[in-house]
Amino acid sequence: MAELTNELLVQTLQEKFGDQLFDMHEPYGLVTVTTTRENIIQILQTLYDDAFLQFQFLTTMCGIHYPDSKGQELGVVYHLHSLVHNVRLRIKIFFSEDDAVVPTATNLYATANWMERETFDFYGIRFEGHPNLIRILNVEEMEAFPMRKEFPLEDQTREDKINTFFGR
Amino acid sequence: MELAKQNSQIVTPDSYMQELTTLNLGPTHPATHGIFQNILQMDGEKIVSGVPTIGYIHRAFEKIAERRNFYQITPLTDRMNYCSSPINNMGWWMTVEKLLGVTVPKRAEYIRVIVMELARIADHLICNSILGVDTGAFTGFLYVFQEREKIYEIYEEICGARLTTNMGRVGGMERDLSPVAIQKIRDFLKNFPKVMTEFETMFNRNRIFIDRVENVGPITAERALNYGFTGPNLRAAGVDYDVRVMNPYSSYQDFDFEIPVGTKGDTYDRFMVRNEEIWQSLRIIQQAMDNLPEGPFHADAPEFYLPPKQEVYRNMEALIYHFKIVMGEIDAPVGEVYHSVEGGNGELGFYLVSDGGRTPYRLHFRRPCFIYYQAYPEMVVGTQLSDAIVILSSMNVIAGELDA
Repeated sequence: MAELTNELLVQTLQEKFGDQLFDMHEPYGLVTVTTTRENIIQILQTLYDDAFLQFQFLTTMCGIHYPDSKGQELGVVYHLHSLVHNVRLRIKIFFSEDDAVVPTATNLYATANWMERETFDFYGIRFEGHPNLIRILNVEEMEAFPMRKEFPLEDQTREDKINTFFGR
Repeated sequence: MELAKQNSQIVTPDSYMQELTTLNLGPTHPATHGIFQNILQMDGEKIVSGVPTIGYIHRAFEKIAERRNFYQITPLTDRMNYCSSPINNMGWWMTVEKLLGVTVPKRAEYIRVIVMELARIADHLICNSILGVDTGAFTGFLYVFQEREKIYEIYEEICGARLTTNMGRVGGMERDLSPVAIQKIRDFLKNFPKVMTEFETMFNRNRIFIDRVENVGPITAERALNYGFTGPNLRAAGVDYDVRVMNPYSSYQDFDFEIPVGTKGDTYDRFMVRNEEIWQSLRIIQQAMDNLPEGPFHADAPEFYLPPKQEVYRNMEALIYHFKIVMGEIDAPVGEVYHSVEGGNGELGFYLVSDGGRTPYRLHFRRPCFIYYQAYPEMVVGTQLSDAIVILSSMNVIAGELDA
């Protein structure tokens, strides 16, 4: 079996998925690709089933919020790991805040269950088909999704702290 | 035969078999070592289903981190797995160093390895000795806690703190190993094996202990991988995945050590894997102490590493750098980085997205506890209540890491 390097991974991904993946780059030695939420489950499934690649370990998954990129505000970042080859892969999807629905990965990875609940809890991203999509770390009565950027950590009426000097 | 048939007609299965008891195990229960709630459906002593509720000590570290500069995030990482804070600290510094492109000198890396392995020993000691307490053996717990105290004294000598250490800096350590620290580590290396042997003699072949833990809460390698297990719990199931070997960081490739694996993934295997890892950690510390390189204990990176305080009063550049670092005005590049270390419980990952500002744009912690605790309901179904306690403590679920 050939050794899977990042170059070979990029090449294989391009052959397999073509236009479905875009914005392919390699920050700090970790291949990062972006795709659409329509394709994400099929891509994860193919990577899981592929006899050579074997991306069968979901390391982590988290939400991210870019309020300034209109129509693509919310995102989900998946970190996959091929334990056989010891190669990691990062896949991102972005979608609009108004329509934050993503298909679930729980059918593929049991571990996605709580990760998706956590992402829902903090970003309000709904995972379609999830068996039990309720809040996990925050109280159930909470109405907001606190990790979104519109919720500032500190009281915004404070005048003694100026953002220019003290950071965000 | 005829009589049995008649009886089965009188007593229908649903009249007696489905009488279930709901039991609230936790949130504050003396045997759960933390704030975990499990709503168990019990059929007599047997567990039929369990629903864990978590989040009782959620402190929103990921949100807080978005307003803290890099130096102010280490205290947050301390409070995740508070049984092995230095590993969390070092993992965070390595993530930042990867983002900033700082090369750490060899001596600092070796000191970090020593501290991280001490932390691993402390972490595993707590887990295994508490497992003893849960099965009714208090003595081992008291024995090894003396040695854990020695480890905390070493921390104290290195950084001044004991539990939440806030250790290290960007590019190395905040100070070199003092002669006292070196002496304490050497004493620990000399005295600890004796205590550990006694501890193992007490448990490893103890019939009462084995009866309580063998075949309790087993998990197959396939299920464990699907559930995202890492660390000793995964290795107990027979998968030799260890971040220290797969993606060596901080000069782990220099050391000669083995990865113990189990076969069944049950409580006994988890216990034995942790015990053996303690011996391997001792080996690593011994090698690191013997080959401790000379040289600086921090990188020559004045724009990231706090200058000595005396310099700040006398030297113009030092004052400027001191001010900029304290105010968080360092030039962090735009980018995203994932770095993981082998924590006490498994792969502890940091996913840091930087937009060039003084704080992270997004910081996500991959907490091993959070990820593998979701397998707990599956592992306790069909066992007895007392086994559920043993499984919980053998998985080493730390509330701080679970809830972040």
